[in-house]
Amino acid sequence: MYKLLLCVRYLRTRYIALASIISVMLGVATMIVVNSVMAGFTTEMRDRLHNFLADVVIESRGTQGIPDAERQMAIVQKAAGQYIAAMTPTIEIPGMMTFTDPYSGQTYTTTVQMQGIDPVGKANVGPLQDYLDSYNPTVEDGVVLKPALRKNDAPLGWNLTAEGAEHRRLVQERQKLYQQDQPGAASDDFPPASDSPAVSKPDAEPQKNAVTAPAEISEPVFDSEVPAEGPEPEANASPVDGETSISETQQTPAADPGVEMSEGDEFLYAAPSVQKVGEPLPARVYIGEGLISFLVRDPDTGKQQKVMMVQPGDDVILSTVTAGRSPEVTKFQATVVDSFRSGMSEYDSSIVLMNLEALQKYRGMERGNWITSIHMRLKNYADAPAVLAALEREFEPGTVTIRTWEEKQGLLLSAVEVETAILNVLLFLIIAVAGFGILAIFYMIVVEKTRDIGILKSLGASSSGVMSIFLSYGLGLGIVGSTAGVVIGLLFVRYINEIEDGLSWVTGRKVFDEKIYYFFEIPTYVNPWMVFSVAAGAIAIAVLASILPARRAARLHPVRALRFE
Amino acid sequence: MKCVSGKRLSMNTRMNSQGCIQEPAMAETLKMTQPLISAEAISKSYFKGQHKVPVLRGAGMTAQRGEFISVIGQSGSGKSTLLHVMGLLDSPDVGEVILDGTRIDNLNQAARDQLRNHVFGFIFQFYHLLPELSLLENVMTPLMIRHSFLGFWKKRREFRDAAMNMIEQVGLGHRIRHRPSELSGGEMQRGAIARALVAKPEILLADEPTGNLDAATGAGIMELLNRLNQEQKLTIVMVTHDESIAAQAHRTVRLVEGRIQGVAWEDAA
Ligand SMILES: Nc1ncnc2c1ncn2[C@@H]1O[C@H](COP(=O)(O)OP(=O)(O)OP(=O)(O)O)[C@@H](O)[C@H]1O
Ligand SMILES: [Mg+2]
Repeated sequence: MYKLLLCVRYLRTRYIALASIISVMLGVATMIVVNSVMAGFTTEMRDRLHNFLADVVIESRGTQGIPDAERQMAIVQKAAGQYIAAMTPTIEIPGMMTFTDPYSGQTYTTTVQMQGIDPVGKANVGPLQDYLDSYNPTVEDGVVLKPALRKNDAPLGWNLTAEGAEHRRLVQERQKLYQQDQPGAASDDFPPASDSPAVSKPDAEPQKNAVTAPAEISEPVFDSEVPAEGPEPEANASPVDGETSISETQQTPAADPGVEMSEGDEFLYAAPSVQKVGEPLPARVYIGEGLISFLVRDPDTGKQQKVMMVQPGDDVILSTVTAGRSPEVTKFQATVVDSFRSGMSEYDSSIVLMNLEALQKYRGMERGNWITSIHMRLKNYADAPAVLAALEREFEPGTVTIRTWEEKQGLLLSAVEVETAILNVLLFLIIAVAGFGILAIFYMIVVEKTRDIGILKSLGASSSGVMSIFLSYGLGLGIVGSTAGVVIGLLFVRYINEIEDGLSWVTGRKVFDEKIYYFFEIPTYVNPWMVFSVAAGAIAIAVLASILPARRAARLHPVRALRFE
Repeated sequence: MKCVSGKRLSMNTRMNSQGCIQEPAMAETLKMTQPLISAEAISKSYFKGQHKVPVLRGAGMTAQRGEFISVIGQSGSGKSTLLHVMGLLDSPDVGEVILDGTRIDNLNQAARDQLRNHVFGFIFQFYHLLPELSLLENVMTPLMIRHSFLGFWKKRREFRDAAMNMIEQVGLGHRIRHRPSELSGGEMQRGAIARALVAKPEILLADEPTGNLDAATGAGIMELLNRLNQEQKLTIVMVTHDESIAAQAHRTVRLVEGRIQGVAWEDAA
């Protein structure tokens, strides 16, 4: 009883102990805040990675792919259909993209990851629509600058928006005018016809023309094969259709893409027919925003401004390899239909989404409907191991790899985990330092209380009783400190965005720039188990730190303690 | 003769029942006059580095039940040390402390703690109240130490009443909520006496209880001790270096350089 009473009284009257409470509190609060923000970022990052990747992906080992998308999907459906909510065939191939910056007139070439997709199918396995810029309003600092170009319920497809088509028409008309007026000569004082930022500067024209000419494609041939919008009819093919496809593939086995290639070449370099002004090319792409934009700091306002170098309606040049046994470089022009922003800069600065049929055609994969991967969404992601096992039984080993999105991104995810673990060790050291503070302060308190310890012993208190006063004192400090720390930490996490606003206001520059991180708010995730273990760890350290002083107090000789001045 | 027990040791009969062998020479008649506590041939030295500093050199004294003894001597003569040895706060190098015929100085730590709590009450020159506790809490401390948390909680009314009663007896009924720092020296010493007595000890060991007080206040404390001695037959051993204070006891033991010099009997009033 006296132990508790004294312990509580010491807690209330020794203000020096507040110092150690504060250090415990700060340590606990920091750990909770850092962990919550890290967890928030990780969760958000995982979501973004996941959304773009689909749950489970079957990929061919080689770049020539696997034949007959329908048959492969039928196999998947048979093997694990009960788990699968949606799947879509895809071609993934690295390539290069070249485009001209209308501001500087410079030509940029970057490596890209080309993905041939069916937009509707892709939207079924992940949230594609949310990422496309034409479906999202332009927002700056919470103010809508420009409403979304497409309504939310507008079907996904490869059509230009009205604005994109208009932009394309203007650019092409201006080109034509320019060619007529000053054939073959570049003029520096060519007046821009409109304010549109994507208007090509005159000095860029020759290059642009040079690359445009050979890639013109005879339109009627292609249009019949590329549905511009709506779900791909073949994806829902009846068994009969599937059978015919299989028989076709069997008739023209592996060498098939090679044969295709030459046809593709002809197709590619076919004599350019006159194209209607404003009409997009058959190959159409959604480009990752990071590939075609850069950030500029506005010198007046100090704000980061995003500048797009390519607008919907512009053309870019893509090159990749054909799917033949001896792959050859293939090059073609594609019209930019839209840009996308998934929030993963890794994707946004490397991926070009393209219409599957056109990519098949240019890579010589369209006969036999070759693809390189099938993306699928599961009804319940927890079933992933079962799906993997079922699929691995169906597919011949060595032809395909079947992985979940987590396995595909294993390196990145484990890097984040290691980072979090190291950070936690470092932060826990802060609390350990607080522990040494407690040790020092407790020693002081024990010295200060020496006479009282002597009195207690003269009244019959046992050594263990005296010891437990100081142990429970440490426990009390730990509990008070970590409770305060938990409260402060949770409040900080709760109001982190307000705090960030305040800090930005005080320092005059953005602490957390959403343009860089793609987050409008700092994402946080509070894991109750994490909070509990941090608090428990801090309490344990406080108790451990009080063991030494408590033992010293317990071993004091009563007479010497009483004589102590 | 050895008797180790963590239980309360007080009555002769109890000690016998606990299996302590009594020497055959201890006859009935002797038992009647057996002292409540006796310190026999106590030697105690401190070491200052390599130097041995003898403090007590075979000092001995006894106190009968209900006796009021004063120990007098010069500063440094070892009075406090003798008191500490008798009250089991310290152990002698040589010699024995015998309580009711049982040797107690060689008991284990737990038993010594129990005895300090149950049998001895201490009063010190500098009062030694705990500064964080109110007067009432200070007085209840020995009871809190004696009982477990639950045991204390169950009987807290009873204990509170006992403490209040004790505080009334020493005349501090109006000061129970005060902290020691808010009390005068005399009040603190009264509080210390109340604390020493609330546990119903058999022997009160007082180390210069008036040493820090003016004559009038000291006289008040002495009056209180005398009253307790007479009314409750409390055995008191009081250390002092003031002859006039010592004279108020039944008997004075004089300590010179660690030895008892002579015994002077005084008539009880
Ligand atoms: N821990 C110790 N180490 C060394 N010497 C000590 C120690 N404690 C006490 N002494 C010495 O023992 C001697 C006796 O001390 P004690 O306190 O018993 O004297 P006292 O008679 O009570 O004196 P006073 O009247 O001043 O209280 C003193 O000389 C003191 O210096
Ligand atoms: Mg003394």
